[in-house]
Amino acid sequence: MSEVADRIKEIINPENLVYAKSPLLNDDIMHYCPGCSHGVVHRLIAEVIDEMGIQEQTIGVSPVGCAVFAYNYIDIDWQEAAHGRAPAVATGIKRVMPEKVVFTYQGDGDLAAIGTAETFHAVNRGENIVMIFINNAIYGMTGGQMAPTTLIGQVTATTPNGRNVDLNGYPLRITELLAQLPGAAYVTRQSVQNPAAVRKAKKAIRKAFEIQAMKKGTAFVEVVSTCSSGWKLNPVESNKWMEENMFPQYPLGDLKDGSRADAGLYSIKG
Amino acid sequence: MGELRLMKGNEVIAEAAIRCGCDAYFGYPITPQSEVMETLMANRPWEDTGMVVLQAESEIASIHMVYGAAGSGKRVMTSSSSPGISLMAEGISYMAGAELPCVIVNVQRGGPGLGTIQPSQADYNQATKGGGHGDYSLLVLAPASVQEMHDFVVLGFELAFKYRNPVMILADGVIGQLMEKVVLIDQRPRWTNEQIAEISGTWATTGKSKNRKKHVITSLEMDSFIMENNNLRLQAKYDQMKDEEVRFEAIECDDAEYIMVAFGSAARICQKTVQIARQKGVKVGLIRPITLLPFPEKIIAEYATKVKGFLSVEFNAGQMVNDIRLAVNGKTKVEYFGRMGGIVPTPDEVEAALEQKLIRG
Repeated sequence: MSEVADRIKEIINPENLVYAKSPLLNDDIMHYCPGCSHGVVHRLIAEVIDEMGIQEQTIGVSPVGCAVFAYNYIDIDWQEAAHGRAPAVATGIKRVMPEKVVFTYQGDGDLAAIGTAETFHAVNRGENIVMIFINNAIYGMTGGQMAPTTLIGQVTATTPNGRNVDLNGYPLRITELLAQLPGAAYVTRQSVQNPAAVRKAKKAIRKAFEIQAMKKGTAFVEVVSTCSSGWKLNPVESNKWMEENMFPQYPLGDLKDGSRADAGLYSIKG
Repeated sequence: MGELRLMKGNEVIAEAAIRCGCDAYFGYPITPQSEVMETLMANRPWEDTGMVVLQAESEIASIHMVYGAAGSGKRVMTSSSSPGISLMAEGISYMAGAELPCVIVNVQRGGPGLGTIQPSQADYNQATKGGGHGDYSLLVLAPASVQEMHDFVVLGFELAFKYRNPVMILADGVIGQLMEKVVLIDQRPRWTNEQIAEISGTWATTGKSKNRKKHVITSLEMDSFIMENNNLRLQAKYDQMKDEEVRFEAIECDDAEYIMVAFGSAARICQKTVQIARQKGVKVGLIRPITLLPFPEKIIAEYATKVKGFLSVEFNAGQMVNDIRLAVNGKTKVEYFGRMGGIVPTPDEVEAALEQKLIRG
């Protein structure tokens, strides 16, 4: 580890500088595997918080999963949450401090399996929070088991013969379902597979935080992501596999762009 | 002196929460304690004190909302009944691990499983031996009157912040549904941001200002040596609770030959049993643990050398009796009498058990 750190230190010097990372990202070496999308998304969140000048108001919630350690890297206050409970924790924070900025950072197992109830009900209440959803179709931290978003035929540690519909059901397009909820203000699906996509993802994340400031309802950003270790592919192959297999199942783009619904549409008569 | 009212135990929990300046309540309906949230909603404290009251989608969500709000340095509570507390167990363990203060009310019903909505004390072990995973302890207060339902909300928040630890009020269906007179505290303001900064400014996640390090609320630590130290710090805190927070009531114990030990509504019944037995010439006393955790083991150990026996009276299959046996450590006889399934024994029934198991036995 220290050898790697020394080599990185050799590279990081002023004459090599073409891009400066956000001052909100510290110098700790991330625990993420090469080719993983988490690092890029962390960087985007740090940049958005810095550019919006909301570091002092922002509280992040990092639940169980690979990104539970997000609090090690971005220099804001954090609460670590139990598996699946980040939207409830974020609700608790936001309800007692409505003037603060609160976001969750959840993986697919957390958000779309064990925490489905908390996810749906937080969005359905129209909580004024940002939810970042990293969908890499696998459980990274526990060693590559099936996620609710694992594709049919995809091999994981718990689907060694590929995900089978009869046994495991279908990949869950939870983002499409959440876009139907009246509490959602902004629901979008992005990725970070190339510089253009990274720029679009950053714009979406920024918009999500702006929506929170405007109290328009829940802002939800899915990022279709890679998991090189879990997929047992190198970083380049991972990006290619994601484009070929994930994007058709999880098409990129905005699913909802507005604000939470008017209560009148749902009210009793008289 | 505060306002005197005739109120139900569950309603008083809500009234005391508002009056003591609680910042938020998150909960999910379950019998026999649904009046807590109903009373809060009817009182609309958000218009007056600014207290947040939110009905969550489950007890699991409730406790994690409590976690998030408590991590903000606020005074937060929830209430539930037995099966709901089981659902909260993971969250309670997380709160103990992350050292977050809160008040949790369990108005117990009979179990196991869906059991019954009738009163019970069958969650004694769950409350005092863990309930969730890991080496943690709660502070557990057992009210025996509607007045104590009120007082323990106020005391609960004091203790929760003194120790940065969850406090459980372990009531039962009798106390929750009972109507009695109660003296209410005068309305106290909620803490200001400045007060929160003073009280919890070293740890609360209120947004990282430029001049301090980030705060992280977590129970996670991958380094075993640091994790062991975290555990040792928690254990030291629990030891301090044992030294400073044991509360009990000793009734007619000075000359007693036999002592009953009972908490909550069982203690109310035993108080009458003491009178009945003494009218018959039997010198009986009663120890009522007010804190079930820390357990009043010293006073029981002291009496163990003086009395002919103890009778633990519980609305369960005999849970607290084990703590009494540990305290007595073989020095005298310890028996148990209890009813289950929501049955509340009469004072005469207890007196008969006392005679049969201790005096003649």
